[in-house]
Amino acid sequence: MTVSRFIRVAWLIVKKDLTIEARSRELFLTTLFFAVSCVLVFAFGFVSDQNPIGDAAAGILWIAIAFAGTLALGRAFERERYHDVLHALLLAPVDRPAIYIGKLLGVICLLAIVEIIIVPLISLFFQTPILRHPWLLGGLLACGTLGFASVGTLFAAMLVRARSRDVLLPVLLYPITVPVIIAGVRGTVLLLQPEIDVIMVRAWIGMLVFFDVVFITLSLWTFEPLMTD
Amino acid sequence: MMRLALGKVKDVRRRKNYITTLLVILATGFLQTLTASSQNLLISSFTPLVVHVAQTQPAQDEFVPIDELPPEDQLPAAPLLIAAYAFAWIALLVYIWSLWRRLGLVERELADVARRISNRSGGA
Amino acid sequence: MILSRWFPAITVMAMVFFAGAPLMIARAPYESTMGLVQKIFYFHVPAWIAMFSAAFVCGISSGIYLFKGKKLADHLAVAAAELTVLFGLIGLVTGPLWARKAWGLWWQWDARLTSALILWMIFVAYQLLRQYGGPGSDKLAAGMALFGMANVPFVYWSVNVWRTIHPTTNVVPTLVPGMSEAFLWCSVAFVLIFILTLSARVKLESHRAAIDRLYLSLDD
Repeated sequence: MTVSRFIRVAWLIVKKDLTIEARSRELFLTTLFFAVSCVLVFAFGFVSDQNPIGDAAAGILWIAIAFAGTLALGRAFERERYHDVLHALLLAPVDRPAIYIGKLLGVICLLAIVEIIIVPLISLFFQTPILRHPWLLGGLLACGTLGFASVGTLFAAMLVRARSRDVLLPVLLYPITVPVIIAGVRGTVLLLQPEIDVIMVRAWIGMLVFFDVVFITLSLWTFEPLMTD
Repeated sequence: MMRLALGKVKDVRRRKNYITTLLVILATGFLQTLTASSQNLLISSFTPLVVHVAQTQPAQDEFVPIDELPPEDQLPAAPLLIAAYAFAWIALLVYIWSLWRRLGLVERELADVARRISNRSGGA
Repeated sequence: MILSRWFPAITVMAMVFFAGAPLMIARAPYESTMGLVQKIFYFHVPAWIAMFSAAFVCGISSGIYLFKGKKLADHLAVAAAELTVLFGLIGLVTGPLWARKAWGLWWQWDARLTSALILWMIFVAYQLLRQYGGPGSDKLAAGMALFGMANVPFVYWSVNVWRTIHPTTNVVPTLVPGMSEAFLWCSVAFVLIFILTLSARVKLESHRAAIDRLYLSLDD
């Protein structure tokens, strides 16, 4: 299968997902609301003397992404289960990895929009200057979300036909993506300091890129045999 | 089919004997550790006082090497050492025992299925 | 099948090694700064060696099962995953017991300890998936195991790349002669017990599969 055909297939799948989302907005709104509630709960939980603890903001940002991402992944593939859409996709004469990339890009688009909304919220609730270095923060979030979503898409696709899939997705996903979350949190914490250490932040972004490469390679390689009966 | 099933039963029985031997190995090693430890390993630091204290003296702000600390601040190593080895032995023994138990269940079930197949083919 | 002929010989060897281990450990010299508690080393590191070996066996056989579909590879993966959890648990308990005396604290979130705990949790998740995932969980778990295996080199080198409270990988190659013999002895003991338990567990798994096949033929 040629590269252009691969890209076309992936793009078709992304378009399908985004079109459904644009019309129903179900996944987007529920995920967004869940992420905001998450941030609120933590904001209420981590207070001292009625003031939010600023340092907690970095951790809470990534926890909200992880939880909201898990929810979004579960729901996105639940949608595929109705009417056997996934089965139909797998029957199509296309490269399986193209289906994976298409689903992955759809999930990333969703999470990106959610993150754009909750990052200013966190800045507001925790009174931290998290947006002081937007490019570095954007780099951290992009690489981290990519790493999380790459493994998440693979496992969510695998679990579509399994029993107890709702509870198994976090059980399987979190141990593998904890290094990504750790790297993201460490990088974000550095960004909240009064004097940021750009070299260290870049080092954490580098580590996130390393994780992304490993996870995407492994996922592309195993998607085909995992989705075959 | 019956011969195949019975062959597997004999196999399983042989395997169970090895598991028993394994358990005996580990139990011997365990007992030997206990006796060896009472003579060789537990040489020093039998200070009866155990854990870290509340401050009875002003907190030090310099680094003090651990053997120059007063005895009540030092942790005895022996309980930790014994706990570590005991846990390792016990974990291995428990796992091998659970393997032995599961193999026993499987052996009984294999014998049962073999009997049913032989009844079937005998009766049919 | 696997090791059927060699099982008795390896059993005897394991018996010799485990019986001799306490003597070898008692004879090893004391380490200068840590004293008696350092002797946990002779079980702690071999347990992690066995754990890493089990993780590799699980990952490789999972790969074979995913791409070639051999049932025996699946049995091997299940067995190896269970042993990864067992030996990892031994390592995770003996480590903090040693750390309490040597570093003054039970646990710290440095690179080695964190990544080792995560590796262990990946294989615990493997077990949960095999148990409760229902049909099709064998392939899913094989995918998990591949990610777990990819984690092992990361855990091993984390202590050299980052500044951690945990000793680096330079310790084992530079052991003094008295210690290196005891360490080698205990490592061989653990590897032997790993091979024995792996072989027995694989046998259990393949017998279970045989029972399933026999039941199916009974229903025909």
